[in-house]
Amino acid sequence: MPHPHPIELLRFNTCGSVDDGKSTLIGRLLYDSKNLMEDQIEALERSADITGGGQINLANLTDGLRAEREQGITIDVAYRYFATPRRKFIVADTPGHVQYTRNMVTGASTANLSIVLVDARQGVIEQSRRHTYLAALLGIPHIVIAVNKMDLVGWSEERFLEIRDEFEKFLPRLDTLRDVKFIPMSALNGDNVVDPSKHTPWYQGPALLGHLETVHIASDWNMSAFRFPVQWVNRPNNPTDQNLHDFRGLSGQIAGGLVRKGQPVIVLPSGLRSSIKEIWTHQSAVEEAFCPQSVTLCLEHDVDVSRGDMIVGFENLPGMGSDLQARVCWMHQRPLQPGKKYFLKHSTQTVQAVITSLESRINISTFEPEPHPPELTINDIGVIRIKTAKPLVFDGYNTNRLTGSFILIEQGTNATVAAGMLTAPGAAVKLDDNDFAI
Amino acid sequence: MNSYHLDHLQYLETEAIHVMREVAAEFERPVLLFSGGKDSICLLRLAEKAFLPSDLPMPFLNIETGHEFPELLEFRDRRAAQLGAKLLVRTVDDAIAKGLAMPKPGVVSRNQLQTPALLGAIEEFHFDCCIGGARRDEEKARAKERFFSFRDGFGQWDPKNQRPEIWNLYNARVNQGENMRVFPLSNWTEMDVWEYIKREQLEVPNIYFSHTRDCFRRGGQWTPLPPDHTDTTKPDPYAGARPKPNEPIKKLVVRVRTIADMISTGMIESPAESVDDIIAEIAAARVTERGTRADDRASEAAMEDRKKAGYF
Repeated sequence: MPHPHPIELLRFNTCGSVDDGKSTLIGRLLYDSKNLMEDQIEALERSADITGGGQINLANLTDGLRAEREQGITIDVAYRYFATPRRKFIVADTPGHVQYTRNMVTGASTANLSIVLVDARQGVIEQSRRHTYLAALLGIPHIVIAVNKMDLVGWSEERFLEIRDEFEKFLPRLDTLRDVKFIPMSALNGDNVVDPSKHTPWYQGPALLGHLETVHIASDWNMSAFRFPVQWVNRPNNPTDQNLHDFRGLSGQIAGGLVRKGQPVIVLPSGLRSSIKEIWTHQSAVEEAFCPQSVTLCLEHDVDVSRGDMIVGFENLPGMGSDLQARVCWMHQRPLQPGKKYFLKHSTQTVQAVITSLESRINISTFEPEPHPPELTINDIGVIRIKTAKPLVFDGYNTNRLTGSFILIEQGTNATVAAGMLTAPGAAVKLDDNDFAI
Repeated sequence: MNSYHLDHLQYLETEAIHVMREVAAEFERPVLLFSGGKDSICLLRLAEKAFLPSDLPMPFLNIETGHEFPELLEFRDRRAAQLGAKLLVRTVDDAIAKGLAMPKPGVVSRNQLQTPALLGAIEEFHFDCCIGGARRDEEKARAKERFFSFRDGFGQWDPKNQRPEIWNLYNARVNQGENMRVFPLSNWTEMDVWEYIKREQLEVPNIYFSHTRDCFRRGGQWTPLPPDHTDTTKPDPYAGARPKPNEPIKKLVVRVRTIADMISTGMIESPAESVDDIIAEIAAARVTERGTRADDRASEAAMEDRKKAGYF
């Protein structure tokens, strides 16, 4: 049925170590919220017959590749989609093996919420700390600590509180985390997943799905400073239609704030000034647009603008520079080495970059920086300094995920080797009074 | 919820438009795979939104198996002409004639033969990127696919070694001979597609709506009766795909939920006559969309195996 009111979209990811039951949890969410279809259940039953035991293995729903089913592990991020009358959900099921941590970063980079699974028998292990740290690093606003397999510890409230205490010892040090919720559950049996459990009378909070449906997703988008990375220059060049012949639009996705018709803007890095003449969506001009809409802007003046430029408002100016500091998550077998050149893709531009120094590696157990390691290896997180061949127009990652993030690409192989989060600029870009003001 | 808020379809739309513009900006010779099916119909609207008033900066490509629903071909050609797009068609027959594809003895379906035909077209036109309408919710192996899915010089997908895809920063770099498959609808569900078709008032081929058709039962589904074999100077393209004596023909009120070709598509019995009816039907559906496609049910890993070989 058509929806009488807008349906919100919540993106979340699940993480935990091997056998914490991530895939089982997603299977349970889909199964109990009636989002599984008969042929999917039949396929599950068929594979259950083959693997023996006869019991339906809910993890087979997300473990889509043959090697995964054979080894009973999850290799890559699997995306799942389900809906309740209140919300639509995109789920990234991210693997827990150490060597696949890069996939957790992939799945978590677009999430509103992370579910960190913990085996109630084991409590907090290094993976739990690593995943919670990564969620904080990636700026995910909401975390759920799912204390799973509670049935195997006799539904003990004492054990649940012990684990919560273990987390609360280190959570205050992850200062970007604002909202952390603990839920005792058994994904295998469905307790506190969709339906509240009768085994946890001591737990007053919602079941997981109820929480996912109601958690307030304060917009992830930065609405305070207009940022428009120019993605594609729209020039019809139509010789027969004079209007089209003169049309010169700048297409892109608004990466922050709002833009209004008539608003004065600056093109960076050139510093050229103009104002917004028209804002186009499909076939119609609008008065204003906001992040993360995809639009086409026309400027009042015919200034030189191309892909990779950033159009910004006069308030809350971004930083601009080619000597940058960033935290990176290293994602490739070949380690990061200071002095090596990479391609750096930031918003809509790709530039050459060289890593000028490796300042520290973060010890995931203590969250402490270890100064000047020789290299960063796969799944390491470190702080680097980087020099780019052209200046970047950027914000700190904690201010704006879209203008504060980048990836590093290895030259030659084109492998994506790192996810980077920029440190806030020391100062906003200085506008020269003598800039060419049209 | 303030007024500066996107609902789920607007969110999916802005994400997909962003992806399409990245393709236009980063690739030299992209192509959009347009079959006339519901997913690629959405792709076309997104392309219009991404690029108008400029002409679409890429041609359309369709690989025909030779078993297409005529209604679909008529719609495909008309829609491409409306948009002023260049439509390229390559066929499995051509690929067989050129020795690129080799039919397996006894196998009537040409689904798998589309792979060499597609790879042949990529090589012929030097395409470095193909935009497709695949969605992650369709199938388990697709659920692991990236927006920008890298293919090596043989067109192969390596699921264990995919490039991590972080934020909205897509790594579009390929070397000579390699190419990218890009899926702007990755995050869309079947329901999202129909809701978008409704919101945008998009025309779809009439075989999506209920109609009367001769069908026969095979492989647990209603298979459409192929057209008569009239040109007897050539071998029957539907040899082996015609009903056997123990497969009686029935006149049914049916529609398609997903379209492959006439051999691989199961018709579903349905009274749905409008997009609203279809949305209501999907909301109440008890089997997935691909449950009606014989090609996916071949084995638990059917899709994974085809994708590794370069299938779309």
